[in-house]
Formats: sequence, structure tokens, C-alpha cells
Amino acid sequence: MSTTSEQATPATLPGTVSAPPVPSAPRRRPPRVPRAFYWMVVPAVVIFFTLHTIPVLTGMFFSLTNYAGYGTWSFVGLSNYVNLFLDSRVLNSYGFTFFFAIVSTVLVNVISLAIALGLNANIRFRTAFRGIFFIPYVLAILIIGYVFNYLFANSFPAIAEGLGLPAGNILADPQFAWIGIVVTTVWQAAAFNVILYLAGLQTIPGELYEAAAIDGASSWRRFRSITFPLIGAYFTINMVLSFKSFLQVFDQIVALTNGGPGTSTESIAMVIYRGGFQGGEYGYQMANAVIYLVVIIVLSFLQLRFLQRREATT
Amino acid sequence: MSATTGATRAITTARPPSGGRMRRPVLTTLSGGNGGTNWWLTALIAVCSLTVLIPLYFTIVTALKSPDQLGGTGFELPTSIRWENFAEAYQLTNFPQALLNTALITVGAVALTLLTNSLVAYAIARNLHRRFFKGLYFYFLAAIFVPFPIIMLPVVKETALLGLDTPVGLVLLYTVYGLSFNIFIFTAYIQSIPIELEEAARMDGASTWGVFWKVVFPLLAPMNATVGILTCVWAWNDFLLPLVILSDPSARTLPLAQFVFQGQFNTNYTVAFASYLMALAPLLIVYIAAQRWVVSGVMRGSTK
Repeated sequence: MSTTSEQATPATLPGTVSAPPVPSAPRRRPPRVPRAFYWMVVPAVVIFFTLHTIPVLTGMFFSLTNYAGYGTWSFVGLSNYVNLFLDSRVLNSYGFTFFFAIVSTVLVNVISLAIALGLNANIRFRTAFRGIFFIPYVLAILIIGYVFNYLFANSFPAIAEGLGLPAGNILADPQFAWIGIVVTTVWQAAAFNVILYLAGLQTIPGELYEAAAIDGASSWRRFRSITFPLIGAYFTINMVLSFKSFLQVFDQIVALTNGGPGTSTESIAMVIYRGGFQGGEYGYQMANAVIYLVVIIVLSFLQLRFLQRREATT
Repeated sequence: MSATTGATRAITTARPPSGGRMRRPVLTTLSGGNGGTNWWLTALIAVCSLTVLIPLYFTIVTALKSPDQLGGTGFELPTSIRWENFAEAYQLTNFPQALLNTALITVGAVALTLLTNSLVAYAIARNLHRRFFKGLYFYFLAAIFVPFPIIMLPVVKETALLGLDTPVGLVLLYTVYGLSFNIFIFTAYIQSIPIELEEAARMDGASTWGVFWKVVFPLLAPMNATVGILTCVWAWNDFLLPLVILSDPSARTLPLAQFVFQGQFNTNYTVAFASYLMALAPLLIVYIAAQRWVVSGVMRGSTK
């Protein structure tokens, strides 16, 4: 308060100096927004609200009820939420989904980055290889899952037998069925990530490598000090987006194990689908969905914070 | 071992033409000092690319076999080709109907997405300094964090109620659910377009709508290609949304048909694989034909 009065004293001398803010205010006001801009967004907002936000809100509402998906319902308070934490099938699906998503995210990003580095180096037939690695992206993961299902059930055991290794269908083993799901997922998801990393690598100016080469930096050193820091933003985005998409895993599990053997490979999306549509657990599964949403939001932010901090320090 | 010697021979033979070693010292050091092309790495990448090609090869040969040729590892070439697999799969899954459904849904979703999402993104991008539009921007972006399984059950109820449990409804849902991500990439691109172009058009008497359709939309062509490719692949291959939304069996899409007829396939793998191949083929053929364009389109979208 004292500082303002001190500054005010010299300003009183010219007298008119304090005037500018007043007349400039109307001049600085932004021009009116053409009404057309509102017509461009309002219908979209209404439809988006109807088909996206209303389902979120009604879902939250029904998570507090015992609604079966049909017939009458009544409020049950938070008992759905309490029961979720006591339901071994739900807990198991969270455990499986997160384990699957973490393993797949790490594998997809490491493999994609390695392939992208290879494609970005001085190799022959680069465009052709780039085209080949992108193929799985245009193939439906459900159908890929059916193909891999046959491979895991018939071809791989036959090859293993020929090599004298223990043969058996990995998908039929409750302990190892997840490996088959991860392999199929990585096979398909790497395609897109290779292209994203390649796009990132191509933004790095070649002069940086020239300078590093003159300094005699080893290739690992060049990767660690130039390449990786400069594609850090791509790494962050890819890690977050692939993790988020793997948490929604559904199609490939339907094709490979259908959640089995038993319920060992049931994902969260699958439990919501089965319980909600076939098990008459609409209200209960909406509580599950709300928890799932909270977990995804918290994890996405943590992941972003953590990866951005790492980006800033390297 | 033979592969190794082959690769070393390739390197030695590659040396003479790459006499450009003197002219291009940087490339030489980058590639590990073996001339312009790193043949070791080329060989390694080639081996890696086999992991992509082998399952595709397997799908094709299995679709061509007769049931008695199955067995063993399944990687053997067919001794005789059984074209009837395709005819049977065609009949069983009602392939033409599923193909038509998928094609119509995909074309509809791509067209509606390009026309509407770019428009919304334009209005937002040009008014981001205003509170209302900034609020909308974050409202749409926040939806990226809401995976579909979370809203799946209420959406099914709602679309059934609104009579949107049809292919038309699916087109609308793809357009709406793609909006969040598309606004994100369109907005960044629109902000890089100099506003002077629009001001010039406005001087000539163009309305805001006219400015968008005549000036901005044509300039968005590269981003429209990216968004179009992503939407096309998503709508064509999606399984969960058609599974829960579509109520009429005659509206089935290609992936949905594979799922529905899985029970009938179980006894006959060769027909099943013929069906898988027919379902994968359309987009695969389009991709192979437009490969460079597709890959560069996706790469462009990711650098913005």
C-alpha cells in the first residue's frame, strides 16, 4: 500500500498521465465475434453433450442405484462402490489390465523407437520397409487376434515340438495366456508408433549429428545426448496415448482367449461389457466405470508430470 | 552364418559405387563407416520386417488350403489350391452385405468428420483468446481422457432410445467421438495459417462461412488427409462400437461378421481364414496402392 502511494506522488505532477487507461479501454475492446462462429460450434456442442457428456452423467447417476439395465431400480448409495472392492473378479480384471497395459506400453515404445531409429539411418529400401512396418495398422485387431489364436494353438506348439521344446497352447495356460495377448497387441500397435517416432526423428536437424561426429561421440552417446532429448515430446505423448489405449483393451482378448482360461485374462472393458449387457449389473458396472475413469485420469496426469519432468532434466 | 557372410559381401561390393565417401563424410560416420548405405542395418531391418510379413503369409496360405492340408506348422505352401474356401466364406458371412455396410459407414464417418470437425476447430482456433471458445476447447479436449468402455452402457441405452442403433447412428458416433482428438490437431494447424489470407477475403466481401469454405478449408487439405486416414482406419476396423450399437443383424460390419460366425468357423479353419483374408483385403489393397501417401499423411499429422 505504501509503495503505491509513493509511486502516485510523481504521477500527480503531470496530472494527465493517469488518464490513458480510461480512453484506451473502449478502443482495446476486441471486435464483436461474428455470429457465424457461434453457429459453427453450437450444434456440435449440443450433439457432443448429448452423445458424450449425458452418458457420462447418467452413468454416474446409475452407479448409485441397483439398476439391472431393465425394470425398476432404487438408490443404494455407495454400496456398489464398496462391493467393487470386495469383488475378486473386478479386482482381478484391474490387476490384469494394468499389468497388460504397462508391459505392452514399454514393449511397444521400445521396439517402435528401435525400428524407427533403424529406418531413419542410412539403410536401403527405406520407403519399402517403412511401408511394410505400417501394414498392421490398417488391419483389424480382432481379425489379427483370430489369426494369432490359430498360430498360438497350432503352429507354435508344432514348431516347439520340432525343436524339442515343451509344446502347448500358451493361450490355454492361465499363467501365461497374457503373453499371447501382449505379443498380438505389440505386433499391431508397433506399426503406428514406428511412424510417429520416425516423424519425430526426422525433425532433428542433421547438423547436430555432424557436430557430434566431429567431436567423436559414439552412437550410443549420440542417441542419449541428441536423439532422445529431442524426441522427448514424442516419447511422452506416445507413452501416455498408448498406455491409455491399452487400458481399454477388448478386441484382441475376445479373439484370443475370450477372457479365459477362467477369468484370468478378463480386462476391465470386458467385465463392464459382460456384467452390464449380459449379467444384469448395469448400476454395478457403472460404478466400476466411474472408478475406472478416475483411475485413468489420475494415472494420465501422473504419467504426464513424471515424463515431462524427466524431459526437462535430460 | 551364411547370412553374415552375405552381408559382409554386400558391404564390400557396396564400396565402389559409394566413392562418394569423400563427398559425404557425415553420412559415412553416421552409418558406422561402411560407405553410404549401412547394409548390416538393412539386413537387420529386413529380418525384423519378416515378423510383420510372416503372419500375413500364414493367413494367405491357410486360406488357400483344403482342410486335410492343415496340420504340421501350417507354414508350408499349399499343395493344391482350394478356391471354394472363399465361396463358402462369402456365403456364410454374407460378405457383400457386410462389405457394403462397412464401406458406407466408413465413407459416411470420414465425410461427416472432415466437414464438421474442421469447421468446429476453425471457429475455436480463431477465437481461442475468448473465454467461451477457450472453455469449449478444453471441454472437448477433456473428453480424450474418457475411454469408450466407460460410457458404453449409457450410450447403448441412449442410442436405442433415439433410434440411432443403426449405421447412421454409428456414423454420427464416429464423428462425435473423433471430435476431441481432431480438434486438437486441426486447431494447431489452423493457427499456423496466416490470418491475413482470411482478412483479404473478408475485404472482398466474403462472409465468415465463405471465408471458411473458400479460403480455409482448401488450405486444410493436408490435415484433412491425415484426419481422413485416421478416421477411415478406425471406422473400418472398429469392433466394440458396432457390437454394442447395431441391433439389426443385416447391418453387421466386417469385423462383427467375423465375430458372429466364429462358432460356425470352429470346425473349418480354412474357410475361416478365407473369411479373415476377405475382411482384411479391402483396406490392405487400398493401403498398398496409396502407401506413400498414407504414411506421409500420418507422419504429417504427428509433427503438428
